[in-house]
Amino acid sequence: MLHNSLKMLLILFLLIPLLLFASMPTSHADPLAAFEGMKGEIKISGGTAHIPVMKAAAKAIMTANPEVRISIAGGGSGVGIKQVGEGLVDIGNSGRQPTEGEVSKYGLKMFKWAIDGVAVVVHPKNGVTALTQAQLKEIFSGKISNWQRLGGPDKAINLYDRDAASGTRDVFWKKALDKGEVTDKANVVVSNGAMKAAISNDPYGIGYVSVGHIDDSVRAVALDGVVPTLESVVKGFYPVARGLFSNTKGDPDPLTQAFLDYLFSPAGQAIVRDSGFIPVK
Amino acid sequence: MTRSEFLAKHGFMAAAIISAAVTLAIFIFMALLGYPILTSGRLFAALLGAWQPTLQSYGILPMITGTFILAILAVAAAFPVCLGCAALVSDAAPGLVGRFLHAVVRMMTGIPTVVYGFVGIFVLVPLMREVFGRGSGFSLLTAALMLALLVSPTMILLFCDSFRRVTHSYRQAAAALGATTAQQFLYVVLPQARNGILAGVLLGLGRALGDTMIALMLAGNAVAFPDHLFDSARTLTAHIALIIAADFDSPEFRTLFLCGLTLYVLTTLLVLGVRLTMRLPGRRP
Repeated sequence: MLHNSLKMLLILFLLIPLLLFASMPTSHADPLAAFEGMKGEIKISGGTAHIPVMKAAAKAIMTANPEVRISIAGGGSGVGIKQVGEGLVDIGNSGRQPTEGEVSKYGLKMFKWAIDGVAVVVHPKNGVTALTQAQLKEIFSGKISNWQRLGGPDKAINLYDRDAASGTRDVFWKKALDKGEVTDKANVVVSNGAMKAAISNDPYGIGYVSVGHIDDSVRAVALDGVVPTLESVVKGFYPVARGLFSNTKGDPDPLTQAFLDYLFSPAGQAIVRDSGFIPVK
Repeated sequence: MTRSEFLAKHGFMAAAIISAAVTLAIFIFMALLGYPILTSGRLFAALLGAWQPTLQSYGILPMITGTFILAILAVAAAFPVCLGCAALVSDAAPGLVGRFLHAVVRMMTGIPTVVYGFVGIFVLVPLMREVFGRGSGFSLLTAALMLALLVSPTMILLFCDSFRRVTHSYRQAAAALGATTAQQFLYVVLPQARNGILAGVLLGLGRALGDTMIALMLAGNAVAFPDHLFDSARTLTAHIALIIAADFDSPEFRTLFLCGLTLYVLTTLLVLGVRLTMRLPGRRP
């Protein structure tokens, strides 16, 4: 007992300086140095999927240079594009590529700094490891309602869907289901995390999460023979993916440009990876 | 009137007016924002239709039904247990056990509902799926059982209060006539406490109607009309929580005010019901 608690204490003491070290800005090198001498405010709004990355980047930048203030709001992709187009914010985020109409109307410039794949997931003990898109559409429309028809046990399929405002749902519905029908009998969960919790607890469940959320608790199902991994999404083999965009109206001002440069820097792309998305560099 | 009396009187008056005004202002706010739907001629379609956004149908009837089934089921499941527990605490159990139970019940009132929801997801949902072998475990029944646990402290405490208010001499009279403790409870205390029990049930119903987290986390949130208790279903509160992130200009978002108004009216009716039952003359034995 005593021995154990002493060991814990020792580990703690060893960890403290490590933690302090880790929480310091990793390097004062290139990306953050660009902000030196700058002051002003960057206003960001739009896509909610982007927010963790925006927050982490803003924290690093504002810690290095307190003269720069960055405000981050949500609202959704449509709101982000509209607000940046009307000049209300400096950066409007969107979880989809702005349409040609939007780009020409507002004179938008797009910056794609991450890719987000959406994978079909099942319980790790579920025997079904591959589906075709046709099967997937029939599952989500309720036409296939038993695992037996897919080579699994004689059990009803429990469907899990996301709420309509979800960007993950948007890309899944458009690209995996081809805008097909989703039965109103499907359970609805509120986040990628809740989806993972539901599927990892339900041996007969099927749902979908952002590729970055996949771990041992759920299994990603191959779609039309392609297993969704960071690599297959990056190479474009896995089709159910989308870019995460930051949009500006015309060319960004120097401060906004520095922020965007930071997102594309190794430090920024590390934040992207840590937030569960796929970096573009 | 001294200065402090004056201050206290007007201070309390101001507090009362402000809280009443805020409640009223919320109602007016919702009515104003819901006005387009109320007057669009599509009120009945919105109240009585199905929720099928792809077909431009934004009816909230499945959610109203889900709310009612869930609340009534939860209170029905909680009622016998609460009545027994209240009887034990205030009547049957000797001192220490009763006091301990009472303390536990009071502590339960302070547990945040998200904790119940969390325990429900990891314990009750898999259990319900395995025991009944149908559905995903996210169902009306699962949510109702957890909700029963949530509303039971409210009901138990109100029941206890109403048992204690029964005039002691009535019990003594019954005892003098040779009634056992159980007989005193059944034939004297219960009929006398009828109004208090009714008020407890109505308040429990109010809490069950208004709760969001348990329904959102455990009922499954399917928009289909629930056919049986093992079906996934959505309540009005969970619906509001799910749609609130939608685009402000969308028709989905506008129906939220209808959901809010419906909940507001239901809760008001329940509170009125409680006030009325409290005023009913007690039954004479």
